Amino acid sequence: MRAAAAVPAPRARVAVRVNLRAVIRRRSVPLTVAMFVCVAYFLLPLLWLVIASTKSDSGLFHSFGFSVRLDDFRLWQNVRDVFTYGNGQYARWLLNTIFYAVASAGGAAALATVGGYGFAKFDFVGKRAAFGVVVVSIMVPGIALAIPIYLLFAKIGIVNTPLSIIVPSLVSPFGIYLMRVYAADAVDDSLLEAARIDGAGELRIFAQIALRLLAPGIVTVVLFTLVATWNNYFLPFIMLNNPNLFPVTVGLAQWNAQASGGGGAQAVFSLVITGSLVSVVPLAVAFLFLQRYWQSGLSAGSVKT
Amino acid sequence: MATTLAPTVPPRARRHGSRRGLKGYLFVAPFLVFFAAAFIAPLGYAAYLSLFRSRLVGGTVFAGLQNYRDVVHDAAFRDGVLRMARFLITQVPAMLVLAVVFALAIDSGRLWAPRFVRLSIFLPYAVPSVVAALMWGYLYGPTFGPITQTAHHLGVSAPNLLSDRWMLPSIGNIVTWEFVGYNMIIFYAALRTIPPERYEAAAVDGAGAVRTAVHIKLPALRPALALTAIFSIIGTFQLFTEPSVMSTVAPSAIDRSYTPSLYAYNLAFTDQRLNYAAALSFAMGAVIVLVTAVFVLAASRRRS
Repeated sequence: MRAAAAVPAPRARVAVRVNLRAVIRRRSVPLTVAMFVCVAYFLLPLLWLVIASTKSDSGLFHSFGFSVRLDDFRLWQNVRDVFTYGNGQYARWLLNTIFYAVASAGGAAALATVGGYGFAKFDFVGKRAAFGVVVVSIMVPGIALAIPIYLLFAKIGIVNTPLSIIVPSLVSPFGIYLMRVYAADAVDDSLLEAARIDGAGELRIFAQIALRLLAPGIVTVVLFTLVATWNNYFLPFIMLNNPNLFPVTVGLAQWNAQASGGGGAQAVFSLVITGSLVSVVPLAVAFLFLQRYWQSGLSAGSVKT
Repeated sequence: MATTLAPTVPPRARRHGSRRGLKGYLFVAPFLVFFAAAFIAPLGYAAYLSLFRSRLVGGTVFAGLQNYRDVVHDAAFRDGVLRMARFLITQVPAMLVLAVVFALAIDSGRLWAPRFVRLSIFLPYAVPSVVAALMWGYLYGPTFGPITQTAHHLGVSAPNLLSDRWMLPSIGNIVTWEFVGYNMIIFYAALRTIPPERYEAAAVDGAGAVRTAVHIKLPALRPALALTAIFSIIGTFQLFTEPSVMSTVAPSAIDRSYTPSLYAYNLAFTDQRLNYAAALSFAMGAVIVLVTAVFVLAASRRRS
């Protein structure tokens, strides 16, 4: 600060000092405390899930939910049980989920990127009508659609296959809407014109120029479809009845029904709880690292409507 | 340079233009093919199915709009829709108000650890709704659940959150927990796009934090609010996962037609009444489109 005083720009120096003080003064302790109370509402259930995963079945029901008992710390044992129960079906469900999510997200993002770019940067007959139908279809409830998809897929004989999960997930009307908005902004028309005058073909222009500019938008669409497929329950629930094809959500719900029904010889409450925790971890980690992409994509989608 | 190129550019551009038109189809075709296969075709097929009915004797016969007439008079469907309407007018406003308040608090720059707060509130969105419902199902447990335990320690009796009476608020709480953060991020993103000059203008006018929030920030949230409200309306009427999971924990509190989508599922897969389920799905879609349209009209009228 002292050194800054020697700089011959008094007005700027004052501004800096005021800003620093202003930033510190602006921080509000009451508001922060109030927000931390709210944060507890969001984190406590997850904390409970972590703590409950360290307990045995009897510990689950005979100790306070949020107390950790070191004499009954069975987290690793529980995780091992989750992966070995029923011939390791959980590992299979997890792999299925990863496969469905990656295939759906990759495919949906590819279709949305190419299509969104097409809608944003080209004029062709029927464009307005086609895009209008796509936008309206954002409103069509997924569940009202899932039963018709089931009926059609049953007719052509692809229910109870991975295709029945992946094909419907490839179509993301919101994704293509987002990519159109994003491409209109991020890819400069004059850049495309310049490349065309240089004689580059449209596919080359897309692959070598546009794709790079679209990258942040693509990541956003990948994240959306990845989460949507990872978390999807209804579609696999109605499409699949072969447990070997279940994603982890359907598998966990089935374990839970078993536990609540009390049918199984082995008590499986701790399996359900630890299995839930394991299924949450990959996405939670991805969220922490990819958070800024959510924001950029969401602002593109929400502000420019 | 411009002058030398000028005479040659227009014809070339026009030629390019028409070729580019065809290239445009090339780019949108892959999406549209899948869209037709997994969107248009199923809807068309279901629309066709909904016009028939199968009888024990005589097989499948054309029934015209009879299925739709039955849906309109179906008390179970009506009860489910009304239950979702109640959910819509309580849970959705509560969730969106919380999301706006959190977004304003984080955007105000008055918080310590704003990144931590933002991430913590957003984190439940990463939790699959099946897992969220399972987890809250245990938390609600009337004998061993931590909520009951805590109330017991404090010497008060907690209501049975899994009972008939409390089920809808209990589900509302799960949905709120899951989606406040998602909506908050949308609002926060919208707030970040407000140009700084507007804040400076407000500061010059001597507006405090609250007045800035009310007169500059809230109006800027309007498009985002419309978007989130529409998504919430759609989400509410297709509520399925949470009640479906809760029905295994509390079978007596959730019947087979608790929500319209649960009902459609049971009709199609338990009763095998595919034609009627198809008609009901369309009726559900119609309710959603209708409610959304009413909302959009009301919102745009208020704006003008």
